[in-house]
Amino acid sequence: MLNFEIKSSNDTRSGFGDGLSELGRTNPRVVALCADLVGSLKMDTFIKENPDRFFQIGIAEANMMGIAAGLTIGGYIPFTGTFANFSTGRVYDQIRQSIAYSDKNVKICASHAGLTLGEDGATHQILEDVGMMAMLPNMTVINPCDYNQTKAATIAIAAHHGPVYLRFGRPKVPVFTAPDHKFEIGKAWHIHQGSDVTIIATGHLVWKSIEAALILESEGITVDLINIHTIKPLDVKAIVDSVAKTGAVVTAEEHQITGGLGSMVAQVIATHQPAPIEFVGVQDSFGESGTPDQLMKKYGLEKENIVAAAKKVVARKVMA
Amino acid sequence: MQSTEELKKIASQVRRDIVRMVHAVNSGHPGGSLGCTDYFVALYFRVMNVNLSSWNMDGKGEDLFFLSNGHISPVWYSVLSRKGYFPVSELSTFRKINTRLQGHPTTHEGLPGIRVASGSLGQGLSVAIGAALAKKLNNDKSTVFTLHGDGEIQEGQIWEAAMYAAHNKVDNLISAIDVNGQQIDGPTSKVLSLGNLRAKWEAFGWLVLEMNGNDMDEVVKTLEHAKTLTGKGQPIMILMKTEMGKGVDFMEGTHKWHGVAPNDAELEKALSQLEMTLGDY
Repeated sequence: MLNFEIKSSNDTRSGFGDGLSELGRTNPRVVALCADLVGSLKMDTFIKENPDRFFQIGIAEANMMGIAAGLTIGGYIPFTGTFANFSTGRVYDQIRQSIAYSDKNVKICASHAGLTLGEDGATHQILEDVGMMAMLPNMTVINPCDYNQTKAATIAIAAHHGPVYLRFGRPKVPVFTAPDHKFEIGKAWHIHQGSDVTIIATGHLVWKSIEAALILESEGITVDLINIHTIKPLDVKAIVDSVAKTGAVVTAEEHQITGGLGSMVAQVIATHQPAPIEFVGVQDSFGESGTPDQLMKKYGLEKENIVAAAKKVVARKVMA
Repeated sequence: MQSTEELKKIASQVRRDIVRMVHAVNSGHPGGSLGCTDYFVALYFRVMNVNLSSWNMDGKGEDLFFLSNGHISPVWYSVLSRKGYFPVSELSTFRKINTRLQGHPTTHEGLPGIRVASGSLGQGLSVAIGAALAKKLNNDKSTVFTLHGDGEIQEGQIWEAAMYAAHNKVDNLISAIDVNGQQIDGPTSKVLSLGNLRAKWEAFGWLVLEMNGNDMDEVVKTLEHAKTLTGKGQPIMILMKTEMGKGVDFMEGTHKWHGVAPNDAELEKALSQLEMTLGDY
């Protein structure tokens, strides 16, 4: 029986901030850079404890990515911090040439991703970042689901050599992983075993998928629930093994359905284990102003949408 | 340490390498490469303190160089090989399939001497600043050098970096701009005027020097002088006047040879003007 306790509510960006603070105390090679968003990124403690290892860049994200690349030459592990929009689309070529192609050990840490940024609206609500970053050869892409997982991921990426995109969000969301949550890059978290449908979720949609699974199981549909926190490299085996068992898949993400987790899972199952698939995500549109809850509802990223997608894909399986 | 006369001889050989390399694959950028040859030779054979025997990416304790306008890779490859970073014979692989000498410089193929990819313009100054900051954190007193094209500084990122370096007193950094007044579509004065470069860089808080980049004595003197000005709270910019295509009369002073290779007859004519001093590759 799927049984989850919400331990508290916290923002994933605080998981990043606390993970970074811990790295500041334990790894002298970790340095941090920020483009005028220190408070939003929760970097204050790191800065207070390690003033010499922090670089305030100002509103100049392209320069920040270049400086981060340069800091690796000399042995440092730079963590850049700004909103996801300014961490990716704004600086794509800098990341591509100076970081990914140059194999620089830079950790691009991106807050306020997706619709849940809220009232600032579509200019800041990037929904294409995962796709952009995942397309880059040599780039690892991680989208953790709650405070504990974000903190664990932040700590884990410092020990991984190579460029990483770490995506997290603004609002307080349920904390449901354990404080000692084991995080392994590239290794899916198999949350729950079931046999009727596979739900694969990332980021803020993981909790909503748990809620959806509870509803589905109460209606007699058992769910194999997988958290893919590492979108690249994908845990292909976890996906294929699950789909071999269930024969139907729903993906759930706070991202365009094109180019994100759903596209990548579809590629995996089309190649290895063909099965019907439904995509919960933003359907080729920009966001807008509103509260996070209002936006998730309007753009179809709620538990009800996951439930509906699961029923639809199970029906398609029967027809097949 | 090489005398200025010896540096001039090396430069002549490097210029031969450049025209032969671009001719062999009928592509590449001879104009800017020839114009910056004297700077590169002075830098690598006289000014920079480099650790040749155990090349490594971190470059701790040695001076570093970043080429931001990566398209003039032929001059860099020639100088690196002539200095001993890799065999001179490898110059014959320039721009060919499976080569380490890619059209634009890259770390991807593991070519010694290169620490970041460049080609997409405007990024090298930021990377160099990062490397200079790492040197400060490591209490490493050596210097970071960069070169940029004058057309390149039309890129906005250059000015982000310029503002940052002055504000943060990145004073272990000696940059240079190849002021040849030419870019692909014509003279910079016609495409997008650069205005008063000295006033611009001074207004951004940099210490500005000027030199004739095709006068070896002046290049050596200016670079050595610049080194004495490091550590004084300001980044240093050298405005380096050069002639695109320098050393090959029919290539001089025009943007037409920015990215065009000589044909067989033109190669012969070019080589007749450049003394072979170290032996061709």
